[in-house]
Amino acid sequence: MGIDSIKSYMSELLKKGQREDGRKIFDYRKIEVEVNPLARACGSARVRIGETEVLVGVKMDVTKPYPDSPDDGTLMVNAELIPLANPDFEPGPPSPQSVELARVVDRGIRESGAIDTAKLCITPKEKVWTVFIDIYPMNDDGNLLDAAALGAIVALKHAYIPKYDEKEEKVLYKELTKEKLPLTCLPVMTTFGKLDGNVFLDASRREEKSYDGRLSIATLENGAISAMQKGEAGTFTEKEVFELLGTAIEKGKELRGLIKKV
Amino acid sequence: MGGKFGAPDKMIIGGKRLDGRKPDELRPITIKAGVIPSADGSAEITQGETKIVVAVYGPREVFPKHMSMADRACVECRYDMASFSTPERSRPGMSRRSTEISKIMAEALMPAIYLEKYPKTKIDIYVEVTNANAGTRCAAITAASVALADAGIEMRDMVVAVASGKVDGKLVLDMFEIEDNFGSADLPLAYMLRKGEITLLQMDGELTKEEIQELVEMNIEACKKIYAMQKKALQDKYSVEKKAMPDAGEENGN
Repeated sequence: MGIDSIKSYMSELLKKGQREDGRKIFDYRKIEVEVNPLARACGSARVRIGETEVLVGVKMDVTKPYPDSPDDGTLMVNAELIPLANPDFEPGPPSPQSVELARVVDRGIRESGAIDTAKLCITPKEKVWTVFIDIYPMNDDGNLLDAAALGAIVALKHAYIPKYDEKEEKVLYKELTKEKLPLTCLPVMTTFGKLDGNVFLDASRREEKSYDGRLSIATLENGAISAMQKGEAGTFTEKEVFELLGTAIEKGKELRGLIKKV
Repeated sequence: MGGKFGAPDKMIIGGKRLDGRKPDELRPITIKAGVIPSADGSAEITQGETKIVVAVYGPREVFPKHMSMADRACVECRYDMASFSTPERSRPGMSRRSTEISKIMAEALMPAIYLEKYPKTKIDIYVEVTNANAGTRCAAITAASVALADAGIEMRDMVVAVASGKVDGKLVLDMFEIEDNFGSADLPLAYMLRKGEITLLQMDGELTKEEIQELVEMNIEACKKIYAMQKKALQDKYSVEKKAMPDAGEENGN
């Protein structure tokens, strides 16, 4: 089937409130979360949403703080869209897609103040912890954004700060302390697709290939929204955006329930 | 956002902002079409102290060839900040921020262009921020629409963009740098008025659902004002050129 016929087939289904894999329009695929599968990371997570699988690792290092926030630890988020995960991913410098993915996940976490950066200060103006979040999709069957954001917050929640030898000025990565990375809240991302005027949640890769655009909304447990991003060339109306904010808050509760269970 | 170091005590005093504006007031905006003779279309925008030049090249042949699409044009945007555009010199070339903005800018403009009328071609949109004082991605989209129309590219509508946010607990339109740096939320939006379609939407900070609704509505109201300025910029250029190019000014204004 060509892309146009897949598109019209999906559009017909969506009009009836159906999806090709049997889901309803605002259903997630089955989500599985595995905590700390990787021993070398300070914290890690493997998230599966249907056949999409993402590994997220948290590493920490001691760095110099930024001059405008001398008592705060810092955050870096990076995504590597490695060619093993999707036939369309190519090796080489970061693609715009990978930069966007990392920056949207970054904003969801950073803007919510989820990481208590004040507690990551070792010596003001001199030494703070930097938290590195690295996102590696293992299989891309769509909606990497939600999988990556979920993996990131789970990996953070279960991360332990490594031991720091102040005299030698060395991080002892093999000896994690019992001290957990300080978190204040649990931001989660919900991403909606839109195809021919029909809005739906958690697009598969086939749906992503057909859809016109997406809207990602990061929510917090207090009902606030900490980030939004429209992506691809499609458009959304005001009414759709306002309705999706409500749906995102509801779906956020489901995802947060999963995080608390593991 | 790097902490609150250097933040002013108050950013709204007696209902007025630090630059004297009311909460829902735009900065002064000027838009000029046709500023780069080498380009097929171009525009310059100043919005407060933010200053941006946009050039459009194309529709033209696609390189590399494999990017070419049989049934429509492809659109590529390059948003770049001049090294002297920021308080401290910024490293020339594309940052991760510029890469992301380039991507979402192209996606914000594509819905307005009749891409299917220009198969196997490419439309390049080059954005140079020469002086940055917040709101650059939105000002760039506003100017890019004018540049696309100036290039004679057939469009469904103009795309207009503006940002709003939350400063000192108040919702404000079109932040300038201090408000942008020390405010608690930022919501850029691009809009096509004729069909009421949002073509770019981002938000970071912390807002309630109701606050987001209010900001979106405030942005759309402001877009209507900026839209009139876009139209005027095109009319100004083509009323001068009418004698030399008798059929140039007709289709682009609306």
